[in-house]
Amino acid sequence: MKLEAVVALFPDLQQIELTTWIERRLVRPEPSGEGEGEWTFQEIDVARVHLIYDLRRNLDVPDDTLPLLLSLLDQLYDLRRKLSAVKVLVEDHPRELRDAVHAILKSDASEH
Amino acid sequence: MDDPYEILGVKRDAKADEIKSAYRKLAKLHHPDLNPGKKDSEDRFKAVTAAHDLLSDVDKRARFDRGEIDASGAERQPERPFYRDFGDAPGGGKYSSSTQFDPDDLASIFGQAFNRRGGPGAEFSAQGADAHYALSVSFLDAALGIKRRLTLPDGQSLDVNIPAGLQHGQILRLAGKGMPGFGKGGPGDALIEVSVAPHPFYRREGRDIHVELPVTLKEAVLGAKVETPTIKGPVQLSVPAHSTTGTRLRLKGRGIGGGDQFVTLKVMLPTDEETELDTFLKNWEPHHPFDPRKHMGSK
Repeated sequence: MKLEAVVALFPDLQQIELTTWIERRLVRPEPSGEGEGEWTFQEIDVARVHLIYDLRRNLDVPDDTLPLLLSLLDQLYDLRRKLSAVKVLVEDHPRELRDAVHAILKSDASEH
Repeated sequence: MDDPYEILGVKRDAKADEIKSAYRKLAKLHHPDLNPGKKDSEDRFKAVTAAHDLLSDVDKRARFDRGEIDASGAERQPERPFYRDFGDAPGGGKYSSSTQFDPDDLASIFGQAFNRRGGPGAEFSAQGADAHYALSVSFLDAALGIKRRLTLPDGQSLDVNIPAGLQHGQILRLAGKGMPGFGKGGPGDALIEVSVAPHPFYRREGRDIHVELPVTLKEAVLGAKVETPTIKGPVQLSVPAHSTTGTRLRLKGRGIGGGDQFVTLKVMLPTDEETELDTFLKNWEPHHPFDPRKHMGSK
């Protein structure tokens, strides 16, 4: 998806604003090679533009807080992906290890 | 959709900025991308957004208040992607934070978790995993029982006692013959699924063995002692006179573990030329004529 098409998904998003998000590396489409300022947005990039748009427009997150919030979110998703990989791995291991991991995942985080 | 005022938790005479701030508060709380682990957050977020879309539009809100449109009259929200569906997926590493997790850090987290189970400083112990193997045995080996040696992938071998009467698909558990355990945990068990190959003429039903035994015309008509195979070796079977195909005889105790063997006779007629038999049959007037196809309604 090209930049113009992404902008068209929103009632009030200007190309210039989306471009600054790209320049600040908040969203990272692939350069499409057709020249300066030409980008190809994957599905994940479009979903991320939706998220940033929501944060700015609907949730009223200040512009300078945006990178902080996204960085925390990225760490959260990182951990979630790693944890689900661990979970898959643990399924093949002894019952006691499995139960121990499941107990941790189920329990209230404040206990640990 | 439920009442949009209720969804946003505002009074019916709420001002536009009250509606906006109520929406913001709820949207922050329920945005699915900020709540990747809460499945229902997407539905709640959509409900809140739909309620806000209706009430933030002066014209629509007025029509709703006058009862001209109901809450479902609000425009359908276009389908939109949520970031969490990608961020949680295996390919979601694109926006991975550049900081790597220190493996020691993770290890210390896990170590703590495991230590807690065994008291402070205790080693983590766990029983080894169960190992799964498959073994196929012949019909007779399964019926009579046998000792078989299973060679494991690591070159070691395992002696498996196949108990008499083992059923197809039965799983044998050899305690302690599985994977080694962790710490003080013992090894797991070996689970061996045994498949039993079918036999050319024996068939099994529970503890009973069924076999079809071909007999000659003479044996069937006049009666005879014929040798019949059983799983424990041949025995002499008395075929009573005037037997026929389908006659079922029982050999008590010749099945598996106290079961019986059932022998169903099958009369085989000569296919070569037997002139005497032909002559006899031509002149034969049965004393008890019968119609073998009577049950099929033939005349």
